[in-house]
Amino acid sequence: MSTVKTEREPMFSAKTKKLLIGPLSKDNPITVQVLGICSALAVTVKLEPAVVMSISVIAVTAIANLLISLLRNTIPPRIRIIVQLVVIAALVILVDQILKAYVYDVSKQLSVFVGLIITNCIIMGRLEAFAMANKPWPAFVDGIGNGLGYGIILIIVAFFRELLGSGTIWGFHVMPKAFYELGYVNNGLMILPPMALIVVGIIIWVQRSKNPELQEEN
Amino acid sequence: MYSNGYIFRYASIMVILVAAILSAAAILLQPAQERNVKIEKIQDILRSANIESTTSNAEELYEKYIVKEIVINSAGEEIGVYTNGAFEKGDRRAFLIDLKTELKAKQQIKLGKPAQEPVFPIFVCHIDNEDIFIIPLYGMGLWGPVWGNIALKGDLNTVVGVTFGHKGETPGLGAEISTDIFTAQFPSKKLFDADGNFSSIVVVKGGVANSNIDPAHGVDGISGGTITSNGVSAMINDCLENYVTYIKNQKAI
Repeated sequence: MSTVKTEREPMFSAKTKKLLIGPLSKDNPITVQVLGICSALAVTVKLEPAVVMSISVIAVTAIANLLISLLRNTIPPRIRIIVQLVVIAALVILVDQILKAYVYDVSKQLSVFVGLIITNCIIMGRLEAFAMANKPWPAFVDGIGNGLGYGIILIIVAFFRELLGSGTIWGFHVMPKAFYELGYVNNGLMILPPMALIVVGIIIWVQRSKNPELQEEN
Repeated sequence: MYSNGYIFRYASIMVILVAAILSAAAILLQPAQERNVKIEKIQDILRSANIESTTSNAEELYEKYIVKEIVINSAGEEIGVYTNGAFEKGDRRAFLIDLKTELKAKQQIKLGKPAQEPVFPIFVCHIDNEDIFIIPLYGMGLWGPVWGNIALKGDLNTVVGVTFGHKGETPGLGAEISTDIFTAQFPSKKLFDADGNFSSIVVVKGGVANSNIDPAHGVDGISGGTITSNGVSAMINDCLENYVTYIKNQKAI
């Protein structure tokens, strides 16, 4: 009788850590994979909705990844996309209902964009590329990592847009009164969607100049 | 390979399960959601009369200050009066009226189509020994609906305050209607001219000072937000004209 010792991976092996940290920098869904841009434009006018949106996306990617990974051996390949969509849609509707019940103000600001998490390419992408082929725990961590990677960009963009566009952070006035007396004016352009694209562009620029391996040939 | 039967069974069970979970969530969360909508409505009404409230004390303040809810018909007759938690007349509560439906009914009748007789709400707020009459507004902006409340002094002519809300007007342009800079122009404006004719309040493109509109009946429009501004003008006019007969009757008494 041979005793096959199944080696259990530790909860946070180097591999799972990479799943969590990778999307934050070199594998970022927004700046490197360029997924989920549309909602990054829409919900980043103020910091608060951006944070709520990030938390919602983290919850949806993590739980959807976990569920799909648990079901991966039972899902018939021919209807796998449908199954993935049903799981995502159900989670998003739950998130939307919960936001409406407990953080009504924020849910009004997010309006249709919570529903549009369903179409966020990051989630479908992770389900199809990762959760369908990996165990539940790594899949869950991967979901959290990608949600965080998305959220961190949203929050950076929202920080600058709120600061320069409205002179506030989390709704509190931080621009000193003296600035306004000297003729400083809030930049109205920052409130409009194009500036989100430009801020994301600047982040991509900074990131690539610091990580030469991200730069494309030619 | 999975058989067709398996695929059908799999899909059916999944859909039924998800439907059950979602319906359960919707039913469980419904009371909290309805309460949020109600509190928002209360806060808007109170804010137009310059009463600041928070989500926790809104209902309490409403009980305290809003002493009467009146419902009138298009002939200007009171058909419902609700005060101190009981009906004094009729059985319609102003708070429960959906203005959008009533305005649609009015439009239908104007076009000669059958519709229910429209009714319009008024909230009477008693503060500092003075009655303030609050009238809700509803109309269309550029991208979607705009709404608000207008509070009038006891003479039913002078504006005390207004609030505006919108679904999705352009940030920085049309969306400015809900900012204090815009709404602060309304207090002390008049609805009726010196001869007692209804002349509404107009949002003027290019500013009141450069137009021939009486400053008592006009406020400055928002640069770059002309269609929203016009929507607000139309909303104020369309909603308040329903009350003209009622207000005139009140003055005659």
